[in-house]
Amino acid sequence: MTTILDPTDERVPVERQITPRTGKVSGVIGLMDIRKPRGNVLLDELDRLLSARFPDAQVKRYEKPTFTKPCPTDLRQKIASECDFLVEALAD
Amino acid sequence: MTGAMPPFSLSDLAGGDRAFPTGRRALVCFVKEDCHTCNLAAPVLQAFHNQWGDRADIWVVGQSAEGNHILIDRHGLTLPFLDDSSCKTSFAWDFEIVPAAFWTDAEGVAIARTEGFVRQEWQDLADRIAVDLDAPPAQIDWESLPKWQPGCGSKHLDPDINDRLQAEASNSPIRARRIEIGEADDIAEFMFDQGFSDGLPLVPPTPERVLRMLRGTPRGPQDIVAIVPPNMAPATVEKVAINAVMAGCRPEYLPVVIAALEAVCTDEFNMHGVAATTMGASPVLVVNGPIRNRIGMNMRLAALGTDNRANATIGRALRLVVRNVGGAKPGGVDRSTLSTPMKFTMCFAEWEEGSPWDPLHVERGFKREDSVVTAFAMTSGPVQIVDQESREPDQVAGSLGLGLEGVFLSKIHRMPVDALLVVCPEHAKSLLSAGPYSKTRLRDRIQEVTTRPLREMVANGVSGAGIPAASAAKMTAAQLESPAPKFASHDYIHIVVAGSDAGKFSAAFYGWATGAMGSASVSRKIEC
Repeated sequence: MTTILDPTDERVPVERQITPRTGKVSGVIGLMDIRKPRGNVLLDELDRLLSARFPDAQVKRYEKPTFTKPCPTDLRQKIASECDFLVEALAD
Repeated sequence: MTGAMPPFSLSDLAGGDRAFPTGRRALVCFVKEDCHTCNLAAPVLQAFHNQWGDRADIWVVGQSAEGNHILIDRHGLTLPFLDDSSCKTSFAWDFEIVPAAFWTDAEGVAIARTEGFVRQEWQDLADRIAVDLDAPPAQIDWESLPKWQPGCGSKHLDPDINDRLQAEASNSPIRARRIEIGEADDIAEFMFDQGFSDGLPLVPPTPERVLRMLRGTPRGPQDIVAIVPPNMAPATVEKVAINAVMAGCRPEYLPVVIAALEAVCTDEFNMHGVAATTMGASPVLVVNGPIRNRIGMNMRLAALGTDNRANATIGRALRLVVRNVGGAKPGGVDRSTLSTPMKFTMCFAEWEEGSPWDPLHVERGFKREDSVVTAFAMTSGPVQIVDQESREPDQVAGSLGLGLEGVFLSKIHRMPVDALLVVCPEHAKSLLSAGPYSKTRLRDRIQEVTTRPLREMVANGVSGAGIPAASAAKMTAAQLESPAPKFASHDYIHIVVAGSDAGKFSAAFYGWATGAMGSASVSRKIEC
């Protein structure tokens, strides 16, 4: 029998439940540009399509300061408090 | 150790349990068979047992089961022999030399002790026992025994055994989860299966090895070195040591690994972004100062290559901490399109002694006698810069500049992106051949020879990268002719010296997004 020591952080990942799917889209839809080149092109088109299909929904736009770093906590909290849905767009 | 001796329960040769304290006075003597002095003491202990065995427990504790049998047969002994092959009881009783004899009261409190064989001490011990037991003295011809004979080091102090015992002891500094690997399992395969590996085999991080590794630093095992992205997990000195063992480090490398981890886990270095980028970036570590020589780092022939343990394993240990503690793995947070073999390891030392300039760490504000590690986020390299013909200093510097033009894409200029230039000794010598040639002058020359008119950066049929044609159309002719050197400023050009005496081959590492937008190079003093 050989004993070795665990090289990982030993943390158990937090399990999060996926938000219930209602089959309807209403309220506020957030669109976040992570600031990759042409991310705005993709989101502009998405904005147009969503607004046409869900006229009662409101679309809000957000931007990360830079795509190279994680989203700042205050921005994440702002989005969570303002939106019912969020689309985060990668691009290039 | 005096006072109450640690309780134990050991097997005698008949397989019975013998528990201490015994409820009677006891003489417990630790021996090992291959010790001459223990062989001298064995008949004395038998005489003690013959005389006082009815009113006290006279026990021999042997440090190997086989040795116990040999001693008994050799000397015709009948007193109880207990088996401490694991040496756990020897470790707990904390003596150095065998034979080690302890006279205790019925509650196990030590009254007298002796180590080795000083005849007078053993006689005093015998007298004390006789008095305590109110019994006649043992029948021993003391004059036939030597006045003094040194004992042997106890087996529990053998380095390998002692490391194991310390790891298993209740006050062990080890806190990490212990993973038992079954006899039938192949350890190397098991570690691959657990997902601990970067793709290469690992040294099993046994508690003994990790304890030895921890001796490489004065820091406490549970000190937190850094919060490691992307999972923002705390890395204790112990966790760093475990990964350093797996990487193949020696204990004296650990302070470098710790300093490197501190450097990359800063907001400035942005390890999350470095690990995640599709471009595929990796820390490149440059070590400066006295520690380079102390731990045998390579800064000369093949400095950027293989076969030096310190260079190879320090970089690998950092990588393993970032992936195992921080959780940065390809397919997870690491989204590198192609990635880079530098992610396995990339660490080397600067050959300060062969450099005509201040070494990197002095340029960055440290003292020459400080040991320092500097981390750069690099995406490509080492890219060879080959010029075997130039002899004039400005020619050599010109070639070094042209070798840096490939950062990202050669047509893109005014880049706010780091490059790390490793000047080989022959090129350094040529640069100095006509007198001083400062790093500033070298940087000027690099910018000079890479300066192109801005129009060459405009997107065209050859390459769509660069200034969009629509933007270019709005620029004046003078603007399009304005000169654009490769780098946005001197600050992005980092210069060190390394390599063997022979060969006109310098090299460059190309950076990732530099500065607040991406990653800034970070230096940390190595505390050891």
